[in-house]
Amino acid sequence: MAAENRVATPSALEEASDQPAAQQSRLVRFLTEARRYPLFPIVLLLIVLVIPAIFSDIIAPHSATTGSLSARLQPPFWMEGGDTNHLLGTDRVGRDILSRIMHGARVSVTIAAIAIFIAGLLGTSLGIIAGYWGGWVDALVMRLVDISLSIPIILLALVIVAATQPSILNVIIVLVLLMWSRYARLVRGETLAVRVQDFISRAQVSGASHRRIMFRHVFPNVFNSVIVLATLNVGFVIVLEATLSFLAVGIPPPQPAWGLMVADGRVLIASAQGWWVSLFPGLAIMLVVLCMNLLGDWLRDRLDPKQRQV
Amino acid sequence: MQRYILIRVAQSVLTLLILTVIVFSLARIAGDPLDVLLPLEATVEDAERLRAEWGLDRPLYVQYFTFLGNALTGDFGESLRVRGRTAMSLVLERLPNTAALAGVAVVVATVIAVPIGVLSAVKKDTPFDYVGKAIALFGQSLPAFWLGLMLMWVFAAQLGWFPVSGKEQGVLSYILPAIAIGWFQVAALMRLVRSSMLDVLDSEYVKLARIKGVVEWKVIWKHCLRNAAIAPFTYFALIIGSLMVGSVSIEFVFAWPGVGRLAVDAANTKDFPVVQAVVITFCMVYIVANLLVDIAYAYVDPRIRFD
Repeated sequence: MAAENRVATPSALEEASDQPAAQQSRLVRFLTEARRYPLFPIVLLLIVLVIPAIFSDIIAPHSATTGSLSARLQPPFWMEGGDTNHLLGTDRVGRDILSRIMHGARVSVTIAAIAIFIAGLLGTSLGIIAGYWGGWVDALVMRLVDISLSIPIILLALVIVAATQPSILNVIIVLVLLMWSRYARLVRGETLAVRVQDFISRAQVSGASHRRIMFRHVFPNVFNSVIVLATLNVGFVIVLEATLSFLAVGIPPPQPAWGLMVADGRVLIASAQGWWVSLFPGLAIMLVVLCMNLLGDWLRDRLDPKQRQV
Repeated sequence: MQRYILIRVAQSVLTLLILTVIVFSLARIAGDPLDVLLPLEATVEDAERLRAEWGLDRPLYVQYFTFLGNALTGDFGESLRVRGRTAMSLVLERLPNTAALAGVAVVVATVIAVPIGVLSAVKKDTPFDYVGKAIALFGQSLPAFWLGLMLMWVFAAQLGWFPVSGKEQGVLSYILPAIAIGWFQVAALMRLVRSSMLDVLDSEYVKLARIKGVVEWKVIWKHCLRNAAIAPFTYFALIIGSLMVGSVSIEFVFAWPGVGRLAVDAANTKDFPVVQAVVITFCMVYIVANLLVDIAYAYVDPRIRFD
């Protein structure tokens, strides 16, 4: 989609170089072109999620895990008692909220990326295999999908944590167990449609192996749907991970996970003495999920209009 | 129809069996149950005696069938934290509280979602529709537990209109947690109502009703909504799943004396019998509800039976 954009640019550049009027129209054209892209969510995502996730070590003003007890429960800078050293205030052990949100972005991104990648890979492979082979393989995979869809996931997380310890690995396992089936179901359906097309039979006639057909001919045709589903899933995964962490069955403290940070402020909210501890990390979750949903919707309309519901 | 019901029942039983296998194997991964159950001063002989008494020296599959048999009769053993109480009795004691809260949440969600959904379909591409879309978008983006906390902060801690936690204050205690749980459902239900209303509004019998001269509000609320309600109806099976997720985190936020909070506390204190009892009970409710809705739906819409 970016390529479409660039096609017009070189010739436009040459024309614009000596004519100010053309330059203005180029700007106008750029702006109208840009309005077709979801700039608002992309910019917001960069600010709240991507840049902090990559550069939190450099740009975060304070440490994420150690605080100074003398600076406990400072309010945000615009309130009485707050200062610009801790822009969004500090929590009960004096850790800087803003810094923890920045470091938390990395935790959220990492977990969402790993979980979605594994679930997507597993689900897509099983979906292609099930759709391509049909028969008992298909029946088996689809049965597993049904089972996976009917197990309430948060309870599974509770069981796993009760049996072991909260850990990042457990969170990823729970998320993968929840999500692979969605990819498998989607991809299997798409594969069924692709399989009956002429180019597949031609590939078979010309002697391509089954593995080659699945990788080189089926996979590229279902890839768009997988990407759209993955984008739409990011927000969901981030909320789920935050919920698990909030319930103390997700990411173990003192990691700066957003759900954990909201949980830190729970007691303070109930006793009305420190709303900022819970508010800001929750806002971060909300903004990120909102933007990912907007982005996912846009991507779906662009790449895979079939998945659209009115 | 009978064949369809039979297959669906078999599937449900299979799902439940696999679930018990998962729970059982996780219980064994957790380590030797005796390590948790025995007091520190117990001798090796004590351990051996208990091991034989509880059948822990027998092969795993025998232990599994014992577990399954006990689970079927609702016997998950005694709670490790609450002395002298069986795990199941703790669950049963709190189940009504959870059901009541979930029920109120569904009512709240329906009361908010259906009118907005209908309005945004009837007044498509007007400000009504945009407000509806905004609500749907925010509904899906707000984490329930955080919304609950924020509601608590504003309406309980600051304004003092509602109690901060617990359920001692009757009706008032239900409002905030029910909104927090129901909010997500509002978004989903609203979108469903909107899209199925749009389909129905376009149909021949609605045009006929209008031509006949039926009053517009009657066309919309009687002719359309009744027919459009079928799709959201299946959604109520799915709602039970997300209501449980919601009730677990929201009961935790508002210290609601329900099963969800029990499960979180039990998981955090390694009270495995209670966790098992909650999980199996919840899953059973979920699976049975799904089964019933599927059968009801197949009854209403014959196409499904022959799929």
